[in-house]
Amino acid sequence: MKICVLVKEVPDAAVRKRIDPASGRMDRSGERTLNPYDTHAIEAAMAIREGGVVEVDEIVAVTMGPEGAVRALHKAVSLGVDRSLHLCDDALAGSDVAATGYALAAALRREAPDLVLLGQQSDDGECYTVGAIVADHLAMPSLTQVIKLDVESPAGGGPPLLRCERQAEYGYDTVEVGLPAVVSVGDAINEPRYPSLKAIMGAKKKPLQTLSVGDLEIDAARVGGDGSAARWSGFKEPPRKPAGTIIEDEDTDATVAQIVAWLDERKLI
Amino acid sequence: MADILVYALHYEGAFNKNSLGAVSEGAKLAAALGGEAHAVVVGDGATDELCATLGRYGARRVYRVAGPEGLAQPVVDAMAALVGEHHFSYALFGGGLLGFEIGAGLAARLGAGVAMEVTAVRVVDGRLVAERPILGDSAISEISYRSDVGIVIGRLNAFEIAAPGDLDAPVEEVVVAFSEFSTRARMLSRGEQRGEDVDIEGADILVAGGRGLGKAESFELCSELAKAFGPGSAVAATRAVVDAGWYPYAGQIGQTGKTVSPKLYFAAGISGAIQHKVGMQGSENIVAVNKDANAPIFEFADLGIVGDLNKILPKLTAALRARREG
Ligand SMILES: Cc1cc2nc3c(=O)[nH]c(=O)nc-3n(C[C@H](O)[C@H](O)[C@H](O)COP(=O)(O)OP(=O)(O)OC[C@H]3O[C@@H](n4cnc5c(N)ncnc54)[C@H](O)[C@@H]3O)c2cc1C
Ligand SMILES: Nc1ncnc2c1ncn2[C@@H]1O[C@H](COP(=O)(O)O)[C@@H](O)[C@H]1O
Repeated sequence: MKICVLVKEVPDAAVRKRIDPASGRMDRSGERTLNPYDTHAIEAAMAIREGGVVEVDEIVAVTMGPEGAVRALHKAVSLGVDRSLHLCDDALAGSDVAATGYALAAALRREAPDLVLLGQQSDDGECYTVGAIVADHLAMPSLTQVIKLDVESPAGGGPPLLRCERQAEYGYDTVEVGLPAVVSVGDAINEPRYPSLKAIMGAKKKPLQTLSVGDLEIDAARVGGDGSAARWSGFKEPPRKPAGTIIEDEDTDATVAQIVAWLDERKLI
Repeated sequence: MADILVYALHYEGAFNKNSLGAVSEGAKLAAALGGEAHAVVVGDGATDELCATLGRYGARRVYRVAGPEGLAQPVVDAMAALVGEHHFSYALFGGGLLGFEIGAGLAARLGAGVAMEVTAVRVVDGRLVAERPILGDSAISEISYRSDVGIVIGRLNAFEIAAPGDLDAPVEEVVVAFSEFSTRARMLSRGEQRGEDVDIEGADILVAGGRGLGKAESFELCSELAKAFGPGSAVAATRAVVDAGWYPYAGQIGQTGKTVSPKLYFAAGISGAIQHKVGMQGSENIVAVNKDANAPIFEFADLGIVGDLNKILPKLTAALRARREG
């Protein structure tokens, strides 16, 4: 079985994310890191490999992004991925989520994976939708926000099945999915491991292939800022609500007295 | 003229509120565009009577498609077929998990532009412009569509439910040939309620616990505090801790949980993610304890305490108790 994991490089959580007002795009300066939600997808792939129900031949990390995104791939490799694929082309810059999913699907099609795993959301884009978009292009069944993923070998033979659990609008659902499939995992699915120093050092030696739009079956008119169907036509400030009172807790007795007084004033106690 | 196709999600004989909001919004926008809003319902459990009630919220026609419930991809097939036949200009979703999945799948299928987490939609020069808050609600981006079809996925509770009229909609049965892959997922069990039944919707005061509690046992800190507040208070939770099995699903606030608006919402160890915020931002007073001064919850708390909940909650509980007894 071959698993592809989608990964993305995002601004570090400590960096204040902002939009560059001139370009209308995400400001890409500042520390960047592997999208933390993707580490759960990598860990889920490792769990399938180590679970022993099916033989996992290969785990491949796939990203689309500017040159710097190789750092996210190195991090993915240090967490157990075997090799990686970097879709990198100026023609892709400014792609909306639909165009991103379209291009990623083209890269994935070439790999013909049995399972595509991804994170529940990207920490910067927060679209929650790349998985469902990619799945439709690949004509694969798909589920998002999965927090329990078991691979089962059907008793009568045949391709393995996935048993997925997730929380939907009315409670927890359990869904059986036939491979090949696309699954986005929620952050409650596992505790990602920390990479060993040796794995970090060795990460750059693992195979990494860079692809451009011309290497894949991508219609250049459907990607990039100009090819995207959703256009960011402007930005505005949200209505400001008056800032709340902030208390830094230094002396807890005093803090508690302040909280009680605040509640009292509003007749909440 | 432009028509809008709205997805309506139902479960056990009722539409969810989010869907009624979407139908209401769709009808309002369609009227402004000089067109009509139609709704689509997929599932074997939706009766004609139920489907027809969408007319009261403004749907002029309802398409009923027999098929599996609770899965997104069969609905993508159905909506793509309806858009192909009736040339809708927009597809509208109220949000929720399925709305995101269906809207995204449909965008891929139709080569359509999609905007998600939309909090408002305007008509500009005869076309829709969607407003989407981004970066933790610190900015609002405006999105317009270049494609023949535009897809709008609302944020939970963003669209107001119209006062129902008394006009039922005609219901049309539509047969859809599902794609091979969309029938390769099978619902084994749906809507499992994990944990006991707790009532958080009736409470005036909610003490909500998050991952910052560190372990299931620490929920005790929240229940003690709730008790100290007195009758009319209850304990609620985030998805993170419900998924972890620390608290029952019935007590979860947010996108895939309950929407609450108590007099006081008190958060302990909660970051304030959008999916949580959408379920509690209507609370009259919001108090948050979090050790991270940059936690998003401080952006919308009326009183924020930067500190360790393990230190603050026990002392606050004792102080409230002393007051009640004294
Ligand atoms: C499709 C979808 C649907 C979702 N639906 C929901 C939903 O319905 N409801 C929901 O809640 N979430 C939902 N989520 C998840 C949501 O995005 C967040 O992941 C979740 O709300 C985070 O929960 P949390 O605040 O408990 O945990 P975290 O985000 O991990 O926050 C824990 C906080 O505790 C603080 N902390 C740690 N230790 C201490 C201490 N000792 N004292 C004080 N503070 C401390 C930390 O600083 C941190 O801010 C959904 C997500 C998706 C993608
Ligand atoms: N440019 C990208 N390259 C590879 N994977 C991506 C990219 N953007 C998003 N993803 C994946 O899709 C998931 C959901 O992202 P999003 O839909 O943007 O919230 C992320 O957790 C990633 O795994």
